[in-house]
Amino acid sequence: MADKKQHSHEEHLREQHLMLDPLPRGKMNDMVMEAMTEPPTWKYWLIFAILSVIVAYGLFFSWGKMIAEGLGIAGVNRPSYWGVFLVNTVFWIGISHAGTFISAILRVFKAEFRRPFTRAAELMTTFGLVQAGFSIFMHMGRVWLSYWLMPYPNQRLLWPNLHSPLTWDLLAITTYLLSSTMYLFLPLIPDVAMARDRSTGWRKNVYKILSLGFRGTEGEWTHLRNAMNIFAFAIIPVMFSVHTIVSWDFAAATRPGWSSTIFGPYFIVGALHSGMGAAAVVLAFIRGTMKNMKYFVRGEHFDAIGLLMLIISMTWAYFFFNDYMVQWYGGDKWTQQLLHFHEAGPMGWMWFGMLFCNVVVPWAILWNRAWRSNPWIIASVGIIINVGMWFERYIIVPISLSINRMPFTWRLYQPGIEIPLGIGTMAFFILLYMAASKLIPLIPVWEVQEGQMAHELKKFGRETVVSVSELE
Amino acid sequence: MIRPEEIKMSAEETGKWGMVIDQDICSGCQACVAACAMENNISFVGEEDAGYGRSMHWIRIERFWEGQYPEVKMTPNQPMLCQQCGHATCEPVCPAFATVHSQAEQLNLQVYNRCVGTRYCANNCPYQVRSFNWRDYERPEPLSNQLNPDVTVRRRGVMEKCTFCIQRIHKAQDKAKSEGREVADGEFTTACAQACPANAITFGRIDNPESLVSQLAKRGHGVKHLEELGTLPNVTYFKGG
Repeated sequence: MADKKQHSHEEHLREQHLMLDPLPRGKMNDMVMEAMTEPPTWKYWLIFAILSVIVAYGLFFSWGKMIAEGLGIAGVNRPSYWGVFLVNTVFWIGISHAGTFISAILRVFKAEFRRPFTRAAELMTTFGLVQAGFSIFMHMGRVWLSYWLMPYPNQRLLWPNLHSPLTWDLLAITTYLLSSTMYLFLPLIPDVAMARDRSTGWRKNVYKILSLGFRGTEGEWTHLRNAMNIFAFAIIPVMFSVHTIVSWDFAAATRPGWSSTIFGPYFIVGALHSGMGAAAVVLAFIRGTMKNMKYFVRGEHFDAIGLLMLIISMTWAYFFFNDYMVQWYGGDKWTQQLLHFHEAGPMGWMWFGMLFCNVVVPWAILWNRAWRSNPWIIASVGIIINVGMWFERYIIVPISLSINRMPFTWRLYQPGIEIPLGIGTMAFFILLYMAASKLIPLIPVWEVQEGQMAHELKKFGRETVVSVSELE
Repeated sequence: MIRPEEIKMSAEETGKWGMVIDQDICSGCQACVAACAMENNISFVGEEDAGYGRSMHWIRIERFWEGQYPEVKMTPNQPMLCQQCGHATCEPVCPAFATVHSQAEQLNLQVYNRCVGTRYCANNCPYQVRSFNWRDYERPEPLSNQLNPDVTVRRRGVMEKCTFCIQRIHKAQDKAKSEGREVADGEFTTACAQACPANAITFGRIDNPESLVSQLAKRGHGVKHLEELGTLPNVTYFKGG
């Protein structure tokens, strides 16, 4: 009787935790290969085609039209010189944050639940930054001259202005894009090598190049581990700096509502908030739509992400309150006007919507472990949080710009062609993910296998306990 | 917040060219707005864009009303233009050095052909006096014959703003130099000051204590807008004198 109970406890543990439920290596590799190489269904192609049309119209045609005709077809005006373009830029950089956060911070702290989804999160960083790049370049009046913002040698000895927060921003985002792409690539090498050994035709050739001749010798693993360790530690300060610098675009300006010293950490937490939400959505879709993924992505992962989301939501609420409190307490008359405009102005619904989506919904749902472990509940909360965080950026950019120190110019902003352009970036993000799911292993198999090797169920008398050994 | 008297003024920061605007005698006739548009080749954006907050004027007449209906009182008209700040907030934020400080004239310059259109300067201008070329605006005949050859015509995607009619400054300086003398006070003025039928706008050298504009600026009731920001504006306003 007792033995049976013991047995079912073990069963339960295996069912719950990927790390305690090992499969033979060959089988696991085949599962990931199958998920990747399985011919796409008609549904995949249909969604792919729809998204391609949206990207072609929303992103490329609309942008081309705007370049040809000028920013007049967008909604930007005086005083809202910055509109949805900047909102989307901050939004996408925020999304891209969680990728690196999950991967690097959890790797550094050796959080075991990270193992199956680091790749999906890192891809979010790179793909999100692509959209952020689109959004910021759309915003420029003469985008064809954007290379002037780069420090390149030229005959006239003209350099970018290093006093400008926008120049800092450009340097920070470029650094982040390059380092996060390298950080994405390093852990990909063993998986691509695995895929190379198990594929034929054009795939084999592509993976041959991508795997850089990785054969899995002890020396190669040592180098790889060292490189990943260095990157994981080094990319954390880069990640913090990027969103702080994004916040300085606003905080360093002379404007009521913007010149706030708390903006740096407030933006970082906001970025993590939206990014964690997006990571949950991505994971739920991977689990729901790709073959064999129910083995890799389980309730425990959503549970862990849900807990992180809850903590981040609370931190965000603290920083929001802090920012609001200090600005209000400052007593500057323009800031008073602005804060009043935020909640009681024509866009007040957005202010309350932001608080509802960012605080009320996560707090009301994420406290419950059973709800947290349900992929679709977590994904829905993730979408709601992202709506809330988009509202937050909208309130910071065009709504706060509506109020300035010259009341004669006060005016509300109405987005124009920003809407198809914004939808275009969203469609492009999903499109890149769909393509990636068929081209690279979305699950870092070696990382899962490594974790499973480290975990063991041990018996101490009657008690079954989980033991984890240090591998590195 | 920096108080103006706490800022140690270097000779450069006291400014060179300045303006005094008497709001008490401004009738709000908009002659300055029209004259400025003619002089500086400013585009006409049309009714729809102007109504949406895209009017391109380097000087505008701001009108405000005070009180609740029916006791509504109009405040004096407030012509607003670039204040040519000594510590301009627009200058440091441009990533491309398109908005720079002229060391020779102590004016804020906008370099049109260097502008890439990030519009950061316009956001950061507390006076909201910068205009952006949202489109390429048409100049139908015969307006196209009216362009001032001394001033660049701007294209879409470029920021622009009041220059204190720097083309007139340069013309006067060149003329004086060829005649071997200094520019005399009142020898020339900006388009807005020239057009003002009430003589509400006075322009000249504020670093010369003898000039009319310096004399006026020293009168007690002059104020500078948003002085508390430490921008060191070079335009003085008279109201309720």
